[in-house]
Amino acid sequence: MKKKYIGAGTALIVTASIMAGCGGNSSPQASSPAASQAPASSSASESASTGSDKPFAGQTVTLVTANHPWSEAITPLLPEFEAATGIKVKVENYFEDQLTQKLTVQFTAGSETPDVFMYRPLQDGQLFFKNGWVARLDDYAHKDPEYDFADISPSAINTTTIDGKLAGIPIITERGVLYYRKDLLEQANIPVPTTMDELVEAAKKLHNPGSEMYGFVARGQRSPLVTQLASYIFSEGGDFITDGKASINTPEAVKAMTTYGNLLKDSGPPGVLNMSWPQAFGIFAQGKVAFLTDADSLYTNATDPEKSTVSDKVGFALFPAGAAGSKPVNVTAWSLSINERSKNKDAAWELIQWATSKENVLKAQQKGNPGARTSVWNNPEATKSFPEELVPIIKQSMENGVGHDRPVVVSVGEARDAVGEVVMKVITGDKDVQAAADKANANLQAIIDKDSKR
Amino acid sequence: MGYNWINRNLKWLYILPALVFVLVMMLFPIGYTLWISFYEWSMSAITPPAFVGFDNYTSMFKDERFLDSVFNTFYFTIVALAAEMVLGLAIAVLFNRTFKGKNIAKTLFLLPMVATPVAMGLVWMLIYEPTIGAANTILKSIGLEPQLYLASMTQVIPSLIVVDVWQWTPMVALILMAGLSTLPTDPYESADVDGASAWQKFVHITLPLLKPTIIIALMLRLIDVLKTFDIIYATTQGGPNFKSETLNIYGYVLGFQYFKLGSASALLVIFFLIVMALTLVLIWTKKRLEAEG
Repeated sequence: MKKKYIGAGTALIVTASIMAGCGGNSSPQASSPAASQAPASSSASESASTGSDKPFAGQTVTLVTANHPWSEAITPLLPEFEAATGIKVKVENYFEDQLTQKLTVQFTAGSETPDVFMYRPLQDGQLFFKNGWVARLDDYAHKDPEYDFADISPSAINTTTIDGKLAGIPIITERGVLYYRKDLLEQANIPVPTTMDELVEAAKKLHNPGSEMYGFVARGQRSPLVTQLASYIFSEGGDFITDGKASINTPEAVKAMTTYGNLLKDSGPPGVLNMSWPQAFGIFAQGKVAFLTDADSLYTNATDPEKSTVSDKVGFALFPAGAAGSKPVNVTAWSLSINERSKNKDAAWELIQWATSKENVLKAQQKGNPGARTSVWNNPEATKSFPEELVPIIKQSMENGVGHDRPVVVSVGEARDAVGEVVMKVITGDKDVQAAADKANANLQAIIDKDSKR
Repeated sequence: MGYNWINRNLKWLYILPALVFVLVMMLFPIGYTLWISFYEWSMSAITPPAFVGFDNYTSMFKDERFLDSVFNTFYFTIVALAAEMVLGLAIAVLFNRTFKGKNIAKTLFLLPMVATPVAMGLVWMLIYEPTIGAANTILKSIGLEPQLYLASMTQVIPSLIVVDVWQWTPMVALILMAGLSTLPTDPYESADVDGASAWQKFVHITLPLLKPTIIIALMLRLIDVLKTFDIIYATTQGGPNFKSETLNIYGYVLGFQYFKLGSASALLVIFFLIVMALTLVLIWTKKRLEAEG
């Protein structure tokens, strides 16, 4: 009998560990708002005596960030904010996937913390907003004229706006660009590709698997590839969803997915199917690949001599033009927002306003974090650390770019898997891409339909 | 009066901590999982869970991805388990003899078991890297074709099995070594007198005597292999193209990436029943063997 319980117990623990993630979080969290509430109420009398200078002195704001260079740039500056406002900031830091899970679980449990959190508007935005977890920031954003909300790029704001309401303040923006090896192109006497056809051609020419040199690399994992595939689809004139209907089986989208898959199949290194951006940048940085398409915000992975053996040979180009021209993604990768249930919304906004002020966006951008403020982009100081030729490409991509990079639905994870399947079929050599696209389109439509019922 | 009450209920008081633990940490979660599995709930604060009866279960059996993950789970489990048992037994027998440097060899051999699976997953990911990884560098240096390993839809599960075998064979060997050290010596002595060969002694004496221990090792590993999560998640997350997606990984994806908690719970309940059934079969086999012996 005893052994039976070992079996039952182990299986139970499997189950329990999943469930523990749901329930467990609420209890430790419940205590912290209580702790932060106490000083909040006492601060009312306190602020009267200190005057309007530090109206939130004594309050505690919990900030949850992703493990991202932006957090590394801002966290050391927090003591300045604490000194200036008297607000105490508690920072928690998570890897991006864990961050989404943590926030989802915590919000579902109705937690009052965190007050301020970092999130991916395109991945989590719909889910968070439609569930009423994020506060509407419209009134806050226009409160202080000195904050100069209009200075934040409208396309970046567009990404964080849902149903006409501002759900987050953009902190990191990124665009799809073409990375290439200057030396290899020069040697082979190939001009930098400006169209998709030229890229395919050049990648083929530089592909020489016998000597371990490959023409092209990009993400090949089913779900991660979707955000990079987006630039291909837009440049051919397609989109994931058009007028509320799934549209990944249109001729434009099918052409784009075929091009992307074939580039990886015919000119890619071995093992692309298990590559997300770290692996793709890894092999590019090892000097084994001529072309790479991915987000510009990751450029240090290719140009930092500590990470890359070809740091001084990397060139940047505008995303190659397809039938509809060069239309790379131009999105807000990360933004900050306030928990709808937060007890300290005003203090929380104070923190966001400080972190996204012109001054601090400049400081973060100087450390390689492409931000969303136009004035900062126009300031030569801000882009000093960026590779020189990347800056005009970023500015041009901001003008041509499209403001989303994945199907904008509530169940983004499911939708990405649906879209990614078509590219999988191309890479594995399936001839009937249209049939795969039709099937994926039906799956995506089902996901959209389910959204509308929420 | 208080004293008397304690005295009368002493037996309950003693088991109370264990009872509370089982109720709170085991029975409640499993009951809750069962309850959610009859609802459709996407962790939405606005749409409450909707009762759907057995829909989550019936749709599960129409879901190709679920059926594939059942196949992957069993493929992974059966091959890994067989390899671990055979290798584990061989190594246990080897370490049961005395030879020079045995203790050092034993310690080194047990090291993989102590390593953190996620960290080992990352290390193996580097080893398996097709272009610059160690595995292919070795293959190329001896003139063999480089392989894709984790990036190949057909090699991914065998590659993961190698990792699991590398990490967990030591545990099987450890259990079997303990079993071997308790075996009586007289059957071997009489076999020597009768002139039995080493192989005959192994097949006719060691194996039958070791059977109960083997079954315990088998059962412990079976449960562990079935629910392997860490090394798969750390290396492939179920890819490429879901080809290494086991039940546990799919359950995680359903629950925490798609936020379909009803479906995820239904999957876990099915998974629970599978583990339970297999364990009961093993226990029953063990009892029968013991009755025979």
